[in-house]
Amino acid sequence: MQPELEPILQAMKDAFGTQVSEFRGDVRLNLAADKIVPACQMLRDKLGFTLLSTMTAVDFWPAEDPRFNVLYQFTSVTANLNLGVLVDVPGTDPSLPTITGVFQNAIWRERELWDLFGIKFEGHPDLRRIMMPTDWEGHPLRKDYPLGYEEPQFTFNYKEIDLRKPYAKE
Amino acid sequence: MTDLQEVSVEQIKHMVSERAISGETMLLNMGPQHPSTHGVLRLLLELDGEIVVNCIPDVGYLHTGIEKNMEAKNYAQAEVMTDRLDYLNTVGNNMAYSMAVEKLIGVDVPARAQAIRVILCELQRIASHLIWLGTTGLDVAAMSTFLYCFRERESIMDILEMCSGQRMMTTYIRPGGLWRDVPVEFEAAVRAFIKMFPRRVDEYEALLTRNPLFLDRTLGIGKVSSDLALNLGMTGPPLRATGVNWDLRKARPYSGYEQYDFVVPTRTEGDVYARYIVRIEELRESLKIVEQALNKLPLGPIRSHDHKIVPPPRSEIGVSMEALIHHFKLWTEGFSAPRGAVYSAVESPRGELGFYIVSNGGPKPYRVHVRTPSFDNLQALPHMAKGVLVADLVAIIGSVDIVLGDVDR
Repeated sequence: MQPELEPILQAMKDAFGTQVSEFRGDVRLNLAADKIVPACQMLRDKLGFTLLSTMTAVDFWPAEDPRFNVLYQFTSVTANLNLGVLVDVPGTDPSLPTITGVFQNAIWRERELWDLFGIKFEGHPDLRRIMMPTDWEGHPLRKDYPLGYEEPQFTFNYKEIDLRKPYAKE
Repeated sequence: MTDLQEVSVEQIKHMVSERAISGETMLLNMGPQHPSTHGVLRLLLELDGEIVVNCIPDVGYLHTGIEKNMEAKNYAQAEVMTDRLDYLNTVGNNMAYSMAVEKLIGVDVPARAQAIRVILCELQRIASHLIWLGTTGLDVAAMSTFLYCFRERESIMDILEMCSGQRMMTTYIRPGGLWRDVPVEFEAAVRAFIKMFPRRVDEYEALLTRNPLFLDRTLGIGKVSSDLALNLGMTGPPLRATGVNWDLRKARPYSGYEQYDFVVPTRTEGDVYARYIVRIEELRESLKIVEQALNKLPLGPIRSHDHKIVPPPRSEIGVSMEALIHHFKLWTEGFSAPRGAVYSAVESPRGELGFYIVSNGGPKPYRVHVRTPSFDNLQALPHMAKGVLVADLVAIIGSVDIVLGDVDR
């Protein structure tokens, strides 16, 4: 971990009670979903993370609570630092507060997450599909969304594939 | 669920002005099949005469589900898809993906492989900027640059073909090193390019840099401030043209970039002309890096010796039992990565290209997310296009240098 990151992590811990995790030099914080907007504001205005590099989600289906794990990747251009913030989202009616008021490029990033994962962003100015056609059904990057071909089932992965296999409904 | 797109102004009224609803301004569709949108970008324009009041980009026409497809392939197979993301920067995409996988599994790359990677990435950057320069010229009606640029690009494509057998979809940089060593003709070909290219850049500059028609079309057009550019997530030359000195090759040197002496060109105006100057300077700087890397190209292995990840050389398979087993394992199941998640970014010709790879311990990535620079750079278009002429809008799109394969993934 870069030593410059220590006071930032401490400030985040004091303000929001975040947990720090590190893997291969990537530092990430775990944050509660309702604190994401003030946390983004603090990161941008007080701690110098002026660039939201990316926003993405991971689906841990069939786990239900939490099912999704949303990553906000911040970059500090002045101090040359990287910081990830992870937020857990439950599987039933997944939603998060929008951060478009803080970082404008979140407008498209959040639309992408709505389109491909079905995570709703409360207060988003323009939450439409962005990649898929408007009349598309389903959210393609979810793990229970089939890839479009029949996957061969072996004894070791029979159950795993059977779970997401579409069967004819009555 | 079957609501059709924009059947009435009613559905898009939150994005256009009051005057569009009363019919005072005109709504015009530009693209997706329009040569100056550089691919399949659709713009919904609200026009007051010739002035753009609002510009609403509509992307997704080239969405190929690369991120989803990568989840169904093992780490070696998934790399082939990265070529198809930003098809003007194929070597750079391989580089970004390989670096993310190397970070995830913790494997070192030999010095020779790192230097060859740098040479090829910089040549690819030059090739990508040449396409941008040629098409930018076309956008503002300077036809001749296009032909010159494609002539020089062809010699870079020849070098890539010499190394990998392919002009564009190379998959030459692999996790752990390179596919194979460069051929003997490589050095002579790159040296010939280094010798020829500086004069050619002078030629392009003679055509455009002080051309009054070009200046008229670019100076003060599509301005964006540095704060807004950062807030919009812009990276790469469009950000550096606003005065922010942010280049990942300098800020967080990877693959031995710290050994090379080069400057990061910046401008402060943030208009179309500033982006043009930044990229022209980058052509020269990239060439400097190529020359330095070639001069001190070390000898040695071109891939890691860790045969749990990198396939053993063909010659060993006949004599070593272990090599045969490794070969069989790697080409059937593939290698497994430890459980965890990494984010790794490189500087592509368009900006920060990052891969976020999540592994659950198996031979296939659990989730791959690509942070593509064009996606965020394109988002800034409505801010740059407010109040310009339609013809200037075309120049602005060209100056952002988007690749739709990179936007839509």
